[in-house]
Amino acid sequence: MERKVFQKPKYLKKAIFHYCPGCGHSIIHRLVAEVIEELDIGEKVIGVPPAGCAVLAYNYFDIDMGEAPHGRGAAVATGIKRILPDRIVFSYQGDGDIAAIGTAETIHAANRGEKITIIFVNNGVYGMTGGQMAPTTLLGQKSTTTPGGRDWARDGAPLDLSQMLAIAKGSVYIERTSVNSPKNIRRTKKAITKAFKVQMEGLGFSLIEILSPCPTNWKMPPVDAAKWVEETVMKIFPLKVIKDEVGKS
Amino acid sequence: MDKKVLMRGSHVIGEAAVRSGCRLYAGYPITPQNELGEYMSEAMASLKDGTFIQAESELAAINMVLGASMAGARALTSSSSPGISLKQEGISFMAAQELPAVIVNTMRGGPGLGNIAPSQGDYFQATRGGGHGDYRTIVLAPASGQELADLTRKAFEYADKYQTPVIILGDGMMGQMMEPVEFPDPIDLNELPPKPWVLDGAKGRPSRIIKSLLLDISMEEEHNWKLSRKYESIARKITSSETFMVSDASLVVIAYGTAARIAKGAIKKVRDIGLNVGLLRPITLFPFPKRALLEISRLVKNFLVFEMSTGQMLEDVKLALEGRSNVHFYGRPGGIISTPDEISKVINSLYHRQHLEEG
Repeated sequence: MERKVFQKPKYLKKAIFHYCPGCGHSIIHRLVAEVIEELDIGEKVIGVPPAGCAVLAYNYFDIDMGEAPHGRGAAVATGIKRILPDRIVFSYQGDGDIAAIGTAETIHAANRGEKITIIFVNNGVYGMTGGQMAPTTLLGQKSTTTPGGRDWARDGAPLDLSQMLAIAKGSVYIERTSVNSPKNIRRTKKAITKAFKVQMEGLGFSLIEILSPCPTNWKMPPVDAAKWVEETVMKIFPLKVIKDEVGKS
Repeated sequence: MDKKVLMRGSHVIGEAAVRSGCRLYAGYPITPQNELGEYMSEAMASLKDGTFIQAESELAAINMVLGASMAGARALTSSSSPGISLKQEGISFMAAQELPAVIVNTMRGGPGLGNIAPSQGDYFQATRGGGHGDYRTIVLAPASGQELADLTRKAFEYADKYQTPVIILGDGMMGQMMEPVEFPDPIDLNELPPKPWVLDGAKGRPSRIIKSLLLDISMEEEHNWKLSRKYESIARKITSSETFMVSDASLVVIAYGTAARIAKGAIKKVRDIGLNVGLLRPITLFPFPKRALLEISRLVKNFLVFEMSTGQMLEDVKLALEGRSNVHFYGRPGGIISTPDEISKVINSLYHRQHLEEG
């Protein structure tokens, strides 16, 4: 007797990901699609993809999706959610999108307690544009605009946006996870599930920051990139529940 | 009972927007149009399905409107010149994504921070697209309180019908002036035609995408031509202007908005001393009323363009006339409001310099 143990999630289209080998986006897309299916919200969810490597997310997710200008995901999601408060609205954003050009939109959406969910993929570089320094690039890390490594005095230090958002009164659930190992992938799925549930229960703003390898722009083989997330990135961006107000009044 | 109410211009736009089914207003404070946002904060709160958001920035405001539009709502944002510059990102995206929205620009003196006095310095920005890329927006130029109400209704209708952002281009004078207005009855949102492109969750239908990214250059080219054809169709259908005393005129003044009101006052004065002068007032700036102008130019060879700028609509007038007539210009930029007396003197001088007295 056969038992199906693995299949394409219902809310992913039959399309081949354009993502590089070892990139976290494919895994994260899959996790989000699985969560949407498990929570049975596929017919009431609206996604907002970013500018960046995940700009083509609408070609993969089989749900309603509306493109936001670079960094404006939280503002666009706010507009959608305010008009359709009984739908589930999420934005999917990279570190450059959310923590540089879209910082203001994100902080204020959190502060207003917008009932939206943000999937924040942190890979420490501007991937789509070819590997420039991002707000989350580590000190000493090389990029195409920090060829000698990121220098604190010249470039500033890596920005911990999730920690900043935790200060905002309207944020309810913020967790940092990673997709660099099977264990962390399972933890990420749990976190995404919880973030969507926070929204479904109308509690407020939720965000999951996901550390994701970028072997292409880090110029590393995928296995080394996954290891680098564990050994180096997590020292600066440790995995943890940054804020959890669920159940507190 | 008289249905007319005395209201400030900014409030008129707000009330007309509510009656036109606007259900989300997002904006950022900037003088001289704060009264509109303030009015909307109260008006939206009084509706069970209204949303007012004081946004953290002009960028956030326009993108909230973009999101609300994706979700199917009639949505409004407003600002004044420097703020409108910031909104251009969202306006370009909505033009590309073919999303309806209404944007009010209460123009003030510029460039830069400029001042808060009435100006018409944003004509180019409004009529040439404003943001990046090959697109246009519909631009409506009200010149009275009543027209603010009527054109706000039209702005929402055009935005939905043509799936494009519509700009209401006024100035500080229009916004502050109090005039009696009779409002159209509120619309019933349920009677509006369905929007088969809205993102509201893919229930019982295939999922939808609203986007502007077209990496395939032939698809982007076709999208640009599609938009271009749409603007041509808009030009055929909605172009609008008003004429005043042109039938016997030997000189016609061309002015819009506040400048047109001043010009009308001046024309009445010079008519009293026997000068045959008329007015052409564009109501749609994009599309520009080229045909109406050409019609007048068959009989009139002298035009005076009057703007509260150094000459922007002037270019559209010259483009339309293609050298067939004499085009003169008088402008007061930077927030200066000419009086009808001042303009009547300009008309008088021009009239005699061109030897138009024989008629």
